Amino acid sequence: MVTQVYAQEATTPTEENLDHAVDATHGEPVPGATGHDPTADTHATTQAHGGEHDSGVFPPFDPATFPSQLLWLAITFGVLYLLMSKVALPRIGNILENRKAIVDADLAAADASRQKTDAAIAAYESALANARAKAQGIANETRETIQADLAAKRGAVEADLAAKVSEAEARIASTKRDALTHVDEIAVETAQTVVAQIIGDVPADSVRAAVAKASKE
Amino acid sequence: MAGTDPIHQFVIEDMIPIHLGGDGTAGSGLNFSFTNSSLFMVATVAVISLYLILTTSAKSVIPGRAQLVSELLYGFVANMVRSAAGTAGMKFFPLVFSLFTFIFVANMFGMVPYFFTVTSHIIVTFALSMLVFLTVVIYGFVKNGPKFLKLFVPSGVPGYILPIVAPIEFISFMSRPISLSVRLFGNILAGHITLKVFTGFIVTMSSLGFLGILGSALPLIMAIALTGLEFLVGAVQAYVFAVLTCMYLNDAIHPSH
Repeated sequence: MVTQVYAQEATTPTEENLDHAVDATHGEPVPGATGHDPTADTHATTQAHGGEHDSGVFPPFDPATFPSQLLWLAITFGVLYLLMSKVALPRIGNILENRKAIVDADLAAADASRQKTDAAIAAYESALANARAKAQGIANETRETIQADLAAKRGAVEADLAAKVSEAEARIASTKRDALTHVDEIAVETAQTVVAQIIGDVPADSVRAAVAKASKE
Repeated sequence: MAGTDPIHQFVIEDMIPIHLGGDGTAGSGLNFSFTNSSLFMVATVAVISLYLILTTSAKSVIPGRAQLVSELLYGFVANMVRSAAGTAGMKFFPLVFSLFTFIFVANMFGMVPYFFTVTSHIIVTFALSMLVFLTVVIYGFVKNGPKFLKLFVPSGVPGYILPIVAPIEFISFMSRPISLSVRLFGNILAGHITLKVFTGFIVTMSSLGFLGILGSALPLIMAIALTGLEFLVGAVQAYVFAVLTCMYLNDAIHPSH
């Protein structure tokens, strides 16, 4: 079918086809290209196809080219497969694995560092808490000792004061008692003096008795 | 080149003739010549191998741009294999990787003007898909023994439907190398023909004078759009081929689906 199409194309006497036919036969003019000679037509067509295989079939379906294509495909594809499977792909695979190993190791190291940091933070915080607790303990202890000391001192001072107060009170009481004992004598002397001024001398005993009698009333 | 002929780009030309057997006349015996197709196969393999091997030779822990591309390619295909065929499928990783990079780079080479597209020939795509198919069949039987046939007996299907389902499964399995090869071949062939036809329109129309030159802007726009599309198709078809390979390999590794 394809050949027919070409034959028709070749018979159409256009300028281009003329050139075509001339080219194909290496400069020699083809008389058939202008006319309608069937043999000349096929000749021109096959020449236009490259002329390697004179079968005139559609090139991809030309069995004459199959052995060559199969052989060279087998050789080239075989070489490609060998190079890929033995050299290129293992190498790229190694590069990727190597990178993955490095990245994983780095990530693991980072993770370890992070855990170390976390541990350090935890240790710091527990130490801080410890120190704080200890400081509070020391503060409490100090406060208690100070308070105890203060209480003891206050107690001593208070006891001292109380002793002094009671001593003073006792002294006041004795002074008062002494004073009171002297009141009678003063009264007697005063009474005697007053009486002596008014009526002359009187015995001291009677005056004393009278004062005692008066002070009892 | 041959003007606007859209088929000429697929012609295989001998560069170093190697003929075996035959009686010396043209067309007899086997032609193993080093051709333009062989040249681009060699170029494809050389580009892939040199790039991957040279960019990774430093083995840097912190990759440069070139090494990163290799690593991303590795990771892309490795993830594809692992997600479709599991960790057990990783023994086929070099195969899938070679297939993907070979088809991808061959398709990209095909997008360069005057370059030959290796994957535009059915025999090449068919050979690659037969490689996958035979790998699946041989590995499937070696690893699973007769249990590999469970592939054709989907679990949970009642016994009386099996006579219908099993042949369907078998036919779909046997048609895999054909669908796999024709998909790639067809996409690349059709794309290159379409591109060539549209670019041919530009040449034909511009020879028609001023209006023709103005009108040739339309096929030019189409050709530009198609070029972008063909790059996409080339990449997607390489990906599709690799993904389907992974899925077929998964059948060989875990036949009871």
